[in-house]
Parts: sequence; C-alpha cells; structure tokens
Amino acid sequence: MSLYEGLTIKSAIDGYKDKKFSCEEITKYYLDNITKQKQLNCFITETPEIAIKVAKSIDQNFSYSSSRCMEGVPIAMKDLFCTKGVRTTAGSKILENFSPFYESTVSKNLWNEGAIMLGKSNLDEFAMGSANTTSFYGNVINPVKIDKNLVPGGSSGGSAAAVAGNLCIAATGSDTGGSIRQPASFCGIVGMKPTYGRCSRFGMIAFASSLDQAGTLTKNVQDSSIMLQAMCSYDPQDSTSSKNSIPNFSTFTDIDLKKKKIGIPLEYQIDGLNPVIKKRWEEVAEYFKKKGTEVIEVSLPHTKYALPAYYIIAPAEASANLARYDGIRYGYRENSDSLDELYEKTRAKGFGPEVKRRIMIGTYVLSAGYYDAYYIKALKIRQLIYNDFEEAFKKCDLILTPTTPNVAFAIGEKQNDPLEMYLNDVLTVPASLAGLPAISVPAGLNQDGLPFGLQIISKPFDEKSVFKAAKFIEDLHL
Amino acid sequence: MSIDNSTVKKIAKLSKLAIDSSSEDIMRDELNNILEWVDTLQQVNTDQTEPMLSVFNESMTFREDKVKINNDQNDILSNAPEENSGFFVVPKVIE
Repeated sequence: MSLYEGLTIKSAIDGYKDKKFSCEEITKYYLDNITKQKQLNCFITETPEIAIKVAKSIDQNFSYSSSRCMEGVPIAMKDLFCTKGVRTTAGSKILENFSPFYESTVSKNLWNEGAIMLGKSNLDEFAMGSANTTSFYGNVINPVKIDKNLVPGGSSGGSAAAVAGNLCIAATGSDTGGSIRQPASFCGIVGMKPTYGRCSRFGMIAFASSLDQAGTLTKNVQDSSIMLQAMCSYDPQDSTSSKNSIPNFSTFTDIDLKKKKIGIPLEYQIDGLNPVIKKRWEEVAEYFKKKGTEVIEVSLPHTKYALPAYYIIAPAEASANLARYDGIRYGYRENSDSLDELYEKTRAKGFGPEVKRRIMIGTYVLSAGYYDAYYIKALKIRQLIYNDFEEAFKKCDLILTPTTPNVAFAIGEKQNDPLEMYLNDVLTVPASLAGLPAISVPAGLNQDGLPFGLQIISKPFDEKSVFKAAKFIEDLHL
Repeated sequence: MSIDNSTVKKIAKLSKLAIDSSSEDIMRDELNNILEWVDTLQQVNTDQTEPMLSVFNESMTFREDKVKINNDQNDILSNAPEENSGFFVVPKVIE
C-alpha cells in the first residue's frame, strides 16, 4: 500500500506507463481509503461503480503514446459541478435530489483527458463559507490532525481534505473569494485559482458570477499545472469565457525567476496576522532575494476595503442567482395552496442560515433606495482595488502574501459571529475582485504542526509565472 | 443606516423567504452588524470612479442565429417535484 501513498498525477501516469500498477488497482486503493476515512465526511456522493468502470476501460485501452494529461487519475469533483446523471447538491438541502441531465464544461474536459471520478466532494452550501461548516451534509474534518477536530477551510473543504487525506490524487475546487486557496492553506496542499475566464462556468452552480472561477487542489505545483491544463478551455456556453490563448502550463519550469520582480504589499501586514506566518513570509522573500529575484515593497492602498466590498457584491449576485430555486422546476418543494407561499416555504426550508443571510443582504443592497449607497459604491471600490493591482504590476511581476491570517481552527469556533468567519478571506478576496490568478502553496507548519500557505498573485493570464514562483517555495521544503 | 424588524420583513418578502417572528430579531441584528461593517466603504472618495461590473473585458461573441436543440423535454421535467402531461405543476393561480 505504501507504494501508492505519495502518488501524484505525474507519478501515477508514469506508473501506468511503466506497468508498475494498473489504473483499476489505484482506483480501488482510493475507494478503499474513502471507505476507511468516512468520518472525515469528504464526500457527499461516492461514485465507485463509475470509477471502476472507467478505470477498467482505461486499463484495456491504455496506450503508451497517450497524450491525455489526466489519463487514469482518480479525482474528487467538488459537488458544485454538474455531473450528468450523478446527483449534484451544491451542499444544499434544496438540491438534495437534483440529478443534472448535462455535464459541466470543466468536468467534461477532465473526463475527456482521462480523469476518473471517485465522488462528489463536500462543500459549504452554495460555496458560501470558509470552514465547510455550512454544508447541509455536515462538516468535514481536516485530516492533518484528525484528533483535533479542525475545519479544513472552505468552501472547497471536502476537496482539500480529500487530497490531504490521500482519498484521491487531486480535486476540483471553485473560488469566489478564496474557496480554493484558503482550504489549501489549512490542509497543507496546493490550491490554484486561475484568471477569471480561464475555466468555463457552464454547469458550475452559480454563487457570484462575476467572481466564480474553477481551479485545482493538488499535492504539488506540477500537478496543479497539469490539471489546470485539462480544465481550461474557451467555451461559447459561458459568455465570460476567455478567448485568450492557453499556454502549455507545465513549461513554467522554463521561466527565469531572476528576470522577475516580486512585490510585497505592505497592506497585507494586517492586525491579527499570526506571527509565525508573518515571519515565514519575510523569510521566503529573503530566499527569493538570495535566488537573485528582485524583491520590492509595493502598495495596494485599498486592500482593507476589499472584504466589505466583497460582502456586498457577492451576496448581491447570489441573491439574483439563487432566485432560480423556486420549488417548481427542480429541487426541494414545500407544498402550499398559494404559489407565493410555496416559494417562501420552499426557500425557507431548503436553504441554510448562511445562504439565507446572504440572500437577505444581497436583496437589501440591490433594493430601491440602497442600490447606489451599497451596491454601486462597492463596484466603485472594486475598480479602485483593480487599479491598485494594475499600478503595482507596473513595478513588479508577482505579489507574495500570506494566504490566510492564521492556521485551521476547531470545528464550532467562529460560528456565532458571521463577521469573524468572513475575516478568514481577508487576504484572498482582493485577487478575486480583480480576477487575478493566485495560488496557495504550503510554506511550513506552526508550533502545533498545523500547515499554512503563502499566496502568489500575478497579472491576468500569467499563471505560468505563478507556478514557477510557487515551485520555488515548494522546493524550499519548509 | 440601521434596519428594523419591518425592513427585515420587507426584505424577506422580496427574497421570497418565509421568516418566523422568533428569528426576526436575530436576523435584524446580524444584518445590522454586517451593514455597519460594510459602511466603512463610505470613507473612500469614489466621486471620480466608475463602477466595475466585471473584470472580463473581452468582446462578447454573438452566436449564429440557428436553432439548436440541446435539451429534451423529458430531461427537463425529470427533476420537477411535480409534473403532468409535459408541464410543471404549480398551485392554482387563477380563480
């Protein structure tokens, strides 16, 4: 069994080619791990029959010359991506019995590249949360220190925990304000959110459409570059899908870091930043300098306004997107004699407290009389945040920051005050508002052995530079 | 800008969310806390700034004006809580 323990996308495919093991063996190994680690609650729906069937067919047709980049790689699919004929819940009661009759573009791309679905991974309800504690299907336990009962982060908590807990080789995530990077930091793995528009949103259940972007959760940087390649495509079915050419991400190794400049934004030195994380951030900046990369201070003056602006924009978009859950066409229904009452009761019972809170906030900031004061104001702040990054990127190529102010906290903590939970995303939200690619890469452990990550942000569509700098940090083996 | 229980009821109505009176106070307080916090945005002068709806700045593509049938009626109805003769069923809305 130990032979399989540290498998990555790269080493699994190499193993198939060298006939070290079959795809079916590997798939069974992960299915077995999923069964053994049920208490982690990483999956909402397991799909062992599909996994075995696909694995067998890959073994039968395996070609040594195959160029499919995810050939036979067992993955977890965040339960926000619609999968044809396989229940897709978005972590909500309202979609408990929803079985899509179409496939999301991202999942379709992955299957076309040979990936194998082990199951649909747990998440915060409609991806609204930072601890995976808002899921209707229960919280997920962070596998790093199981006995401590820590959160895995969120919203892609099931995906991150499944990768960290060795229940799959890699997993998909979606990131609206930090939902890939924050759980990656808490679970000690790599989480990559590409430029807005790189991955199609078709079939990815909508939370906040101007921010939602799919991405990867993997064991290392190289895997992230391989998996992202499989996921990205121009898709006419998503009106904000980018036509920008998609480079070969795995050639990021060719980039010369000596020719890159790294910016350290002063405004990310926030109150409450864990001193261990702050120290490591400074140390890594020094490592870059030693490598010959120029490191400079940059300023992103509107950083502190990003989170409040996000908590207007995202709920506003969510309140509109979630209007579709009416109990008529699909999903949960609470019957009533009156149509309005049917809607109101269905939604009251079908949505959890955090989702309702955000729908209420969103509806309020979009309502007559408050639209300009809140919603338009937040959109103007978004422009200022975007301008900040644009200015900074005139002086540097990459920005290095911590991913999260702290390490994973215990399940049950930060539950009484929504604002306290929101602060988890304070360092990831700005890049989301600006639509920039950003990665979280493990940067060590604190005194209790809990992991945390550093974040690298780049200009739009410069994912390769992000990967290169992340790989440099990974190779420090901190 | 602080909201009261009647505003909570009004927003709930607009949101099509049934809300019982026992949770109105909690919702009011939570919303007020969040709104008070986002009010920090008022400190920023945005007189010269245009609102940014999306970071996406590529031109939209028109699709060809051709009929495409991607969905089957039975597929669409397959997730409906109640359907009859090819229709979604709703409570009676016309007297």
